[in-house]
Formats: sequence, structure tokens, C-alpha cells
Amino acid sequence: MKIDVNRRILLKGTFATSAIGIAISAGLLTPGQVLAAWPKEAFVAKDIPSALTAIMGADNAEESGEINIKAPDIAENGAVVPVTVSTSLAGVESIAIMAANNPVPLIANFNLKEGTESFVSTRIKMGKSGDVVAVVKAGGKLYKAGKEVKVTIGGCGG
Amino acid sequence: MASNSIKIRAKLKEDEVTVKALMSHPMETGNRKDSKGEAIPAHFIQEVTCSAGGKDLMSADWSGGISKNPYISFKYKGASAGDDLTLTWVDNKGNTESATVKVQ
Repeated sequence: MKIDVNRRILLKGTFATSAIGIAISAGLLTPGQVLAAWPKEAFVAKDIPSALTAIMGADNAEESGEINIKAPDIAENGAVVPVTVSTSLAGVESIAIMAANNPVPLIANFNLKEGTESFVSTRIKMGKSGDVVAVVKAGGKLYKAGKEVKVTIGGCGG
Repeated sequence: MASNSIKIRAKLKEDEVTVKALMSHPMETGNRKDSKGEAIPAHFIQEVTCSAGGKDLMSADWSGGISKNPYISFKYKGASAGDDLTLTWVDNKGNTESATVKVQ
């Protein structure tokens, strides 16, 4: 019994240190030169509001029923979670996909140009169960929607 | 560079083109450890851009949170069969690859 408890503590410890590791490596990752456009700040932000501020310039997204997120209710493998986001909102400029409980919540930001439909589909990693949040920038305003996904096996390593 | 690491398809249906692309890439977050407990360095695609006929359609900024061998799909209007569509990615090590496909 006692050994078990210790093992828990040890595991927790490793998780904590690996989280710090991410922060450090993310901070050291200066792609610089060619990739000036890549919004580094948004991708090191540890929570959704700061990531949103970094990438969209504001964190006050409004809940919207017009955003449709297609993702499994239960993902057996957190390393590959298919996510499709579409919206009927007009004037969509960009769609961001986030996983609330990932070490770095912001996963992707898609900038859609004129003529491109408000639809993106991809596969994401999820460290543990939590909400997949889609934030849509339309007509200068932010809208969001979330969907809970339960993850059986995490896909973020650590 | 050879573009065989990108599989891309663009299909025209009525007036809408559906693009589906698969890229071969490890997408390491920098957050995993190997069997010796040493951190595996981050290696992931950071930017993906797609254009047709010199016009940008979509650009995406990614983190390591996108799954290994990334899949992406999007749709656009205003194209006709035979148009060229180009997809390019750049990863955090500065590697880049691109592929061009004709709209079918």
C-alpha cells in the first residue's frame, strides 16, 4: 500500500517536471528568421484566455450556437482525435482549435481567406479528457463553442 | 524537395472544392522522453499555407498538438477543374516542403 502511494507521488512529480520542461523548451525554441509570422506567444500560453489574447487580440469570446464541432465523445487514443469545425457565421476570418486541458491549449489557428469556406478538419492530440474549444473570429468579433471529449489514453507523452 | 511526403487531393463538386491533405511528419511536441529518459527535441510543422492561382486560400499556424502525420481538410469556392493548388509547410527546424495538385 505504502509503495503505491509513493509511486503516485513519483508519477505526479514527473508530470510536474515535464510540464516545466515544455515551458523551457518552448521558450528556447526560437525559429526566428523564416518563421517570423508564427505567433510564438500564443503557442506557449498555458491557458485559453492568454492564448486567445496573443492570437486574436482579445479574450472575450461569445458563446455561439452557430459553431459546429465534430469530435468523438470518447477518444480511445488521445494522440489522434479527429476534429472538424464548421460555422454558419458570416465573415469568418479565422478558426482556432484548442484543447482546454492540454499543456499548451492552442493547437491550431486557421486563417481563412476570401472564397474559403468556414470549414476545417484535422486531427489533434489531447493529453487528457476535456473540452475541445473552437474560437471563430468573424467580422472582428470572437465566438466560441466547446465539446467535451473523454480520452482513454493520453497523447501528449510525459 | 520531393513532394512524396505530402498526399493531397482536391475534388470539385458543383462549385466547391474539397481539399484533403496528408503530410508525413513526426510532429514531436518536445515534451516526450525516449527510452533512456532523455527529452525528444521538438519537431513539428508550424505553418501550412495553401494557394491556388497565386491567391492564398488558407494559412494555418500549428503547435505540436496536431497529430503525427497531420491531416487537414478545407473547402473553397471559385475554382474550376484543372486549376493548380499548392500546399506548403514549414516546420520549426526550418524544413519546408510543398506539393501541387490539379483540381479534379
